[in-house]
Amino acid sequence: MAFPADLKYTKEHEWIKIDGTTGTIGITDYAQNSLGDIVFVELPKPGSEITAGKTFGTVESVKAVSDLYAPVSGTVTEINADLANAPEKVNTDAHAAWMIKVTLKDPAEANALLDAADYEKFVQEEQ
Amino acid sequence: MGAKMVEFNGWDMPVEYPKVGGLVAEHMAVRNSVGLFDVSHMGDIRLHGPQALAAVQQMTMNDASKLQIGQAQYSALLYPQGTFVDDVIVHRLGTDDYLLVINAGTREKDYNWVRDAAKGFDCKVEDLSDNYTQIAIQGPNGWKVLQKLTDADLTQVKFYWFTHGTVCGLKNILIARTGYTAEDGFEIYVPTDEATSARVWNELLEAGKEFGIVPCGLGSRNTLRLEGALSLYGHEISDSITVWEAHLDRFIKMDKGDFTGREGLARQKEKGLDRVLVGLENVDRGIPRDGYKVFDLAGKEIGYVTSGSPAPFLKRNVALAYVPVALSAVDAEVAVEIRGTRVKCKVVPTPFYKRPKKS
Repeated sequence: MAFPADLKYTKEHEWIKIDGTTGTIGITDYAQNSLGDIVFVELPKPGSEITAGKTFGTVESVKAVSDLYAPVSGTVTEINADLANAPEKVNTDAHAAWMIKVTLKDPAEANALLDAADYEKFVQEEQ
Repeated sequence: MGAKMVEFNGWDMPVEYPKVGGLVAEHMAVRNSVGLFDVSHMGDIRLHGPQALAAVQQMTMNDASKLQIGQAQYSALLYPQGTFVDDVIVHRLGTDDYLLVINAGTREKDYNWVRDAAKGFDCKVEDLSDNYTQIAIQGPNGWKVLQKLTDADLTQVKFYWFTHGTVCGLKNILIARTGYTAEDGFEIYVPTDEATSARVWNELLEAGKEFGIVPCGLGSRNTLRLEGALSLYGHEISDSITVWEAHLDRFIKMDKGDFTGREGLARQKEKGLDRVLVGLENVDRGIPRDGYKVFDLAGKEIGYVTSGSPAPFLKRNVALAYVPVALSAVDAEVAVEIRGTRVKCKVVPTPFYKRPKKS
C-alpha cells in the first residue's frame, strides 16, 4: 500500500496535493482497495464550489456507492475527463488518477489534514 | 479464506473474497470456468407419505405431478391472493417423497407455512435445514470439478434433474444440476458437521485448481443471478407482489387443479394488471440501484427498481423494475432517479444474459 509523502490526507481516504493555491484531489490506494473494482465516478462541474468536510461527488463500485469528501474549500477548475470512460484507472493507480483540481479558498485549511505518516497510522488502526 | 464478511438474515456470509480478485473476478470465473458457493443458509423441507404429492400440489403453483423421481422444478408457495410466501425448488426424491429447497430469510416462515398447509394430508413434514450444508459448484467447468470427486456419472444428469452418489467418500449425497447463476452447474447437500463440510469445501477447491476455481460470495451471487434476471425474495417477489406481476407465468399451472393462490390469481387476471416487472438498461449514464424510483418522461412517479447493478460479464448496467403495463413494451422509455438526477432508461427483453448453448 502506498502513502506518498508529498500528499496530505483525510480520514475519509482522500488525498490532496497542494501547489500554492491549487489543490489536486483524489482517493487513496487504501480507498480503492476497499472499494473493489470502480465502475463510475461522479464529479462536480468546473466552476462549482466545494466545502471542506462536505461531499463533492461519488465513486461507485459494483456493490456500493461511496461519497467523496472535500479535504478543503474552493472552486473546481478542472475535472479528470479520463475517469468518465476509464474509472478503473483509480484502481490501477489511485494517486495518479486525480479527480478534481481546485483553487483553494483558505490555504490554512490544509493544516487540519493528516500527513502521510499520520494517515498510514490511521489506516493501520482501522484494519 | 480472507473473505469480507457481512450479516445476512442471521448468518455470517462472505460478500467477496479479495484475495481472488473480489466480486468481478468471482463473477467472471463462474461465466468462464467455475466458482464455488457456500449456500448452507438455504433451507430444506421434506414431505413424505401417501398424500405428499397432493399436499405439494395444494401448496405450490407449478405442477409437481409432472415430476419424475430424480427431477426438480422451480415453483413457489403462494398466499391466497396470489402473492409470494417464498419461491422454492421442488425435488421429487421418491414415489411419495418430496424435498423443497427454500430461502434462508424465510426459513421459519416457510416451515410453519408448509406444516400448516400439509395438515389434513396424510404426510410427514420434516425441517432438514440443519442436516445439510449446501454447496454450489457453478460454471461451464463445474461438472468436471465435481466429477473428479464423485462416482455418479454426471453426464447422465440433465439440467434440473438430480441423483444420489458418493461425494468425497460420503455416501448417498444429493447431487442436483440446479443453481442460481444462469450457468450450468451443480448443488450438493452434504452432512453439516463442520469438519465434513470444511473437508468437502477444500477438496472441491483442490479439484478445481486446474480450472481456476475461486470461492464466490454474496456479491457475485447477486450480480450473476441479476444478469440472468432470476428473482430474489424481497426484491422481484414478495408477499405484496403476484405471480403475474413478477412475470413468472411459465412456472404456474392454473389448470393443474386447485391450489392456494389460484383464486387470487384468476381474479387478478380477469381484472387486469396495474404493474409488471421489466428489464431496464441505460439510455443516459448512471447506475440504477435497488429501490431507486422510476418516473415517466413527463415526471410522474410510476414505479421502482427492484434490483439494479453494473453487470460484470455484460459490461453494462442492468436493472429490474416494476412499471405500469402501459410502459412495459420493449423500447419504452422511463427515467430512474439516481440520487436526485433523473436518468433516462429503456425497457429491454429479459433475461439480460443467456448462457451459450452447447454446440
